[in-house]
Amino acid sequence: MRSLFYIIQNEVIEVMVRNYELVVIITPVLKDAEQKDLANAYIDLLKTYGAEILEKDFWGLKQLAYPIKKKTTGVYMVVEYRAETEVVDKVELQLKRDERILRFLTTRLDKYAIEYNDKKRQGLVGRNRKKRADEQQAENN
Amino acid sequence: MASRKPRNANQEVRFLTSPKIGHKQKKYCRFKKSGIRYIDYKDPEFLKKFLNEQGKILPRRLTGNSLKFQRRVAQAVKRARHIAILPYVTDLMK
Repeated sequence: MRSLFYIIQNEVIEVMVRNYELVVIITPVLKDAEQKDLANAYIDLLKTYGAEILEKDFWGLKQLAYPIKKKTTGVYMVVEYRAETEVVDKVELQLKRDERILRFLTTRLDKYAIEYNDKKRQGLVGRNRKKRADEQQAENN
Repeated sequence: MASRKPRNANQEVRFLTSPKIGHKQKKYCRFKKSGIRYIDYKDPEFLKKFLNEQGKILPRRLTGNSLKFQRRVAQAVKRARHIAILPYVTDLMK
């Protein structure tokens, strides 16, 4: 079974492109401009690895549900990207080494998640459903 | 001349025991019913429906979720806890 797995992996690995979603919590100690710079630095890093950025969402300062590294607030950033599987490891290694990052989470998106995120962008579902729909209408008018 | 009311018009039919006892309302999986196929771990207000006051995940026998979606709810709650959107332990969450 193991050899079979490797053969499949060797063949597939070059074309294996998946959608991922990355949530990063940046330390609140930094100034606003520095937070933005850090967030953009990671987006650029993703791009250098050949990732396609589908969505970047900067939530800003938010209260944490429990303290992390003695901080009670954090700056959230959500990035949805499409890249090869190896990119995830490379980016996570950088995030682990960075002391300005409180926490991060990468999730693989399945087809339903992609569909959901598409709809969310159009403002059809999610928390800001009405608000986003109104904004879009305003743009169209 | 006023028409005469039938004698039992104002009398309700009464049972000794409530007729609702014995057949409870059947539980259903809200995801299957409303066609939700992806549970967003970034939406704490939605996930709180599946937690008790201490922030524990409610069992299937209370929420009525199907096994498939109970697993996905659990996964989403655990992800939300990791990124500090939901607490791991708490008192009086709501």
